[in-house]
Amino acid sequence: MQGTLERTPPAGLYRRRRFGRPGEDLIKLALVACGMVSLLAMVLILGVLVEGAAEFFREVPVTKFFHIGEWQPFFEPIDFSIWELVAGTLNVVLWSLVLAVPFGLGSAIYLGAYAPPRVRAVLKPFLEALASVPTVVYAYFALTFITLDVLRPLLGDRIDVFNPLGASIVMAVMILPTIASISEDAMHNVPRELHEGAYALGATRLEVAVRIVLPAAFSGVMASILLAIARVVGETMIVAVAAGSTPTLTLSPLTGIQTMTGYMLQVGLGDAARGTIQYSSLFAVGMMLMLMTLSFNIAAQILVTRYKEQYE
Amino acid sequence: MSAGIAPVERFASSPQLRRRQRLSEVSRWVFLVTTLAALGVLVFLGIDVMRVGSDRLGLDFLTSYPSRRAADAGLRSSILGSAWILGMTLLFTVPISVGTAVWIEEFAPRNRFMDFVKLNLANLAGVPSIIFGVLGLVVFSRLLGLGPSLLTGALTLFLMIMPMTVIAAQEAIRQVPSGLREGALALGLTDWQTTWYQVLPYAAPGILTGVILGVSRAAGETAALIMIGAFAFIAFDNTSVFDSFTTLPIQIYNWTVRPQPAFQEIAASGIIVLMGIVLAFNILAAILRERFRR
Repeated sequence: MQGTLERTPPAGLYRRRRFGRPGEDLIKLALVACGMVSLLAMVLILGVLVEGAAEFFREVPVTKFFHIGEWQPFFEPIDFSIWELVAGTLNVVLWSLVLAVPFGLGSAIYLGAYAPPRVRAVLKPFLEALASVPTVVYAYFALTFITLDVLRPLLGDRIDVFNPLGASIVMAVMILPTIASISEDAMHNVPRELHEGAYALGATRLEVAVRIVLPAAFSGVMASILLAIARVVGETMIVAVAAGSTPTLTLSPLTGIQTMTGYMLQVGLGDAARGTIQYSSLFAVGMMLMLMTLSFNIAAQILVTRYKEQYE
Repeated sequence: MSAGIAPVERFASSPQLRRRQRLSEVSRWVFLVTTLAALGVLVFLGIDVMRVGSDRLGLDFLTSYPSRRAADAGLRSSILGSAWILGMTLLFTVPISVGTAVWIEEFAPRNRFMDFVKLNLANLAGVPSIIFGVLGLVVFSRLLGLGPSLLTGALTLFLMIMPMTVIAAQEAIRQVPSGLREGALALGLTDWQTTWYQVLPYAAPGILTGVILGVSRAAGETAALIMIGAFAFIAFDNTSVFDSFTTLPIQIYNWTVRPQPAFQEIAASGIIVLMGIVLAFNILAAILRERFRR
């Protein structure tokens, strides 16, 4: 690959030069220090979560955290069963994916296989702009417009004022560019010979896109979905404002729920005083959240490297 | 992808072939609709916010402190707080993110440890913002004793946007042709001089684009700041980095979750201001990127 050769400076070439000016070693030391900040950040995050969670688990045994029960930290009988919060998070993941995957893949196929270059050049930046809208704006929109102006008049009392459906709809809009953009990228990487072979055999444009290119780009498409899941799991404002604050073990999109992030924000807003067991539960929930987002992100990274290597 | 390839539509003969081709033509419009659907939601959002929020927009609204009564409330302290915190975040981000990227791309050896550093950056980029808030709360606010101050907020937001700004700066530095470096080294510049006078100026627009997008993300961040305790009623102008503060997104959140509709109306007005700022950042980044591409 010519391009790769061009861009990669030979490793260690500059380091071997002996005639640095005085002071330059100091600058290089400062650069190394900058580089250490990112490592320090990760160490601090893990340290804070582990330390806080350890404190929590000294009072609430791990088995109690993982038994099937209720998440009821503020009222008697106090109970800390994480599953209601996990279910709340999975509820929103499920419904936002049900919406975002078909629309995201549809956009990816349109931009990659159908759109004339000029249309593509206009649509793509607009689509990517969806990811830069602040989440508090989406949260406002989910609560006022989607729920109060559309869903409530449509479904009446069958849907709670605070419900996962409204949150999932705007969440789907938020993650759509992630799915569309990375999937299109992966489809773009599929070698031309595959398209041309299929066209030569008489396949139509739709058949080439859906039966040749999409399966060939499968690992990239999966990576985009995993990244999207990680974003939904970690998103806070939309679910805190629109999905409610009543932990419930359900996947129904109509009943109020609470997600892990929603609970963390509730504690952050001052609902639990420092030193109480409710306050230290923040770290146990945070640990769970961190584990979930990390595993989705790492799985996505593995798939991305795979699709990049696949056809090179 | 397939723009240059002539589709076989014209040679339709058998009914089965015609059906397949019709299906293919219909699918074009189906996929177009799926692409436009999400943009439609964005347009609805824009119209809805303008309809509800434009009444209150005015100099009065921008220069009043928040208030118990929606009719008197304004954005003064949140605009000032946002300006302070973004400025400070920028001060931390520019040297440290660019320094990290320069170190990784120009000076560090290629070995297992550096692979780990890069992997760690990628993972850090995926950490939810509320977790950064927990970090800020425990380390900056409590351990360092800074409280829910501007400094705590800026340090937290800096750590949050650092991974994405470093990755953008790395990309920009990698785009610098190696001929530039080699020429400079051949003329006897030291490696640091080469970086400072040749590589960084060439990569500057790309680096700046990443920094602006990072700051734009910080401008809209709510959860991390609420977590460090910045959910307060602020009716004074910030003068020191140790002041408590509020920001535009926090103020919007505050008004959105109140039961009275009058507050939701001014939340919409606040959203117009915030979206204006975020849009300005993004347009600036787009212009820089275009210039970079030339």
